[in-house]
Amino acid sequence: MSDLYAPLPPSKKLFNFALSVTTFSLSALALIPLLAMLWAILSKGIPHLTWDVFTQLPAPAGMKDVPSGFANAIIGTVVMVAIAAGLSLPLGILTAIYLTEFGKNSTFASGVRMLVTILSAAPSIVVGVFAYAIIVLPLKGFSALAGGFALSVIMLPIVTLATEESLKLVPNAQRLASAALGAGYARTTLRIVLARAFPGILTSSLLAIARAAGETAPLIFTALFSQNWLEGLLGPSASLSVLIFNYANSPFVDQNNLAWAAAVMLVGIVVFTNLLARWVTRNRRTTH
Amino acid sequence: MTEALEPTQSNLSPVPTESWISQFGDSGFRGISFLAALLTASIPFWMCVLIFKDARPAIAKFGLAFLWTQEWNIDQNLFGALPYIYGTLVSSAIALLLALPIGVAVAIITSEKVLPEGLQTPIAFLVELIAAIPSVIVGLWGRFILIPALEPFQQFLYSHFKWLPIFNTQPFGPSMLMAGVVLAIMIVPTIAAISREVFMAISQDLRNGAFALGATQWESIVFITLPAAISGIFGAASLALGRALGETMAVTMVIGNVNEISTSLLNPGNSIPALLANQFGEASDPLHVGALMYLALLLFLVTLAVNAIAAVLVRTLTRNA
Repeated sequence: MSDLYAPLPPSKKLFNFALSVTTFSLSALALIPLLAMLWAILSKGIPHLTWDVFTQLPAPAGMKDVPSGFANAIIGTVVMVAIAAGLSLPLGILTAIYLTEFGKNSTFASGVRMLVTILSAAPSIVVGVFAYAIIVLPLKGFSALAGGFALSVIMLPIVTLATEESLKLVPNAQRLASAALGAGYARTTLRIVLARAFPGILTSSLLAIARAAGETAPLIFTALFSQNWLEGLLGPSASLSVLIFNYANSPFVDQNNLAWAAAVMLVGIVVFTNLLARWVTRNRRTTH
Repeated sequence: MTEALEPTQSNLSPVPTESWISQFGDSGFRGISFLAALLTASIPFWMCVLIFKDARPAIAKFGLAFLWTQEWNIDQNLFGALPYIYGTLVSSAIALLLALPIGVAVAIITSEKVLPEGLQTPIAFLVELIAAIPSVIVGLWGRFILIPALEPFQQFLYSHFKWLPIFNTQPFGPSMLMAGVVLAIMIVPTIAAISREVFMAISQDLRNGAFALGATQWESIVFITLPAAISGIFGAASLALGRALGETMAVTMVIGNVNEISTSLLNPGNSIPALLANQFGEASDPLHVGALMYLALLLFLVTLAVNAIAAVLVRTLTRNA
């Protein structure tokens, strides 16, 4: 037995050892920022998460002993993400239905797919510029509507491409069975295909919502920011992400602290939505 | 057999017994979803046309000279983009240089058999989690934690390597280098995830062949997997580059926002997205808005080109495998 065994020559051993060390230390380097970030957000943010934070308006800069919070930013983020979801989910899901159920591999459908991919690659700041050109300039003012529109353009390609993937997973036999029972395209798609793909569509919608909630660049010059409560959809609006940006750049420590508290809140929302999205599809996998 | 079962217009159309309402419902449904697809597909065009339209005052006035003019003076309505183009390219290049080896290393340990599978998935998940953190929070962390933490490192580069033109200025916190580091952190997940996919798409036969010839695990990775995956890795890198070029918030918060061109990476700089984020809110003069729109258009077109290259590189590889 021992005759068959030849130890690796030292040069090979050294080669393997050096590569192992390099690769593993580089990979460790990739994980350090994540851990440092999470630690910083929790340790710097949680001490400032008081009840006031969720119920009060931001205190004017530099004022001490005044209750201060970002309730208006929470409302702003929720309202703008809701506008974005209201615009992008129906449009994205219908587009995906067209691609899988009607267009399939036609030239037009491939073109649509390519353009949606292009849209998903557009930098989020350019999406903000687009919303600025289409809503802020004509209406001559920053508005929650413009912010919501910008976020919907961010969400649209995510929803479309992910929904198409989940529709493609529906077995063709189910469509044929439905057709065999006399259902047309509309009924087959709405009652059979969408029902079967529902968890997948829900997951992609939640992931898109999580993405939109954390976006800052599309909001910074569309919804702008506001120290006050939301005054209608045509007025400027605060949002958690822009609040973090503005208050991080502020020279006042109180505002910096509020930015950290908002960061905990925002990361909490994003992580919660992501986990929910994963849970929805996991649930589905175990039932099948 | 499955070919024959492919639903076509003819075998899915309603049976004759169905009422005309259902027939109308079908074509109506088809029409609505077609319109939705058309609307979705038109948005990129719409985007280009509108941004171009609003950029026209600046394009007409400055033309292509905009690209190599250095002055940006709002009061005198003089606009040149060079410092921003320079800053965008340099910070993205630093990011790519730092992130590429790290991303590929993560891809190797999460796809090749150098770790038990039970560890690979959690590591891949954690690395991809970085991509889920909103960029403004990465910027917040960069500004208050990373820059102070790397202050000694920047000082070290200055005091020991100031004979190099890239380190010849006194650092004071925000800098091109810090923007590059923060961008690198943000694009590592992209490179890692795509390279991992590409590695997994490479046929196991290739590796088995190498093992049969007596290669060790690492030899098979270095001499077989990596060369086979090289175009996919380039694709991942260009996709990451596309992300880095357009990344706004995190860069704005650590780059320093100074409109100067300096060879020193320890000097603050500026980038196209950072400038847009800082000035759009206050821009009112049509020429100023136009100049910003011009920059947005350039950024859009360059990211498009970079992403198209990435798509071609990744697709050819995963298709061949």
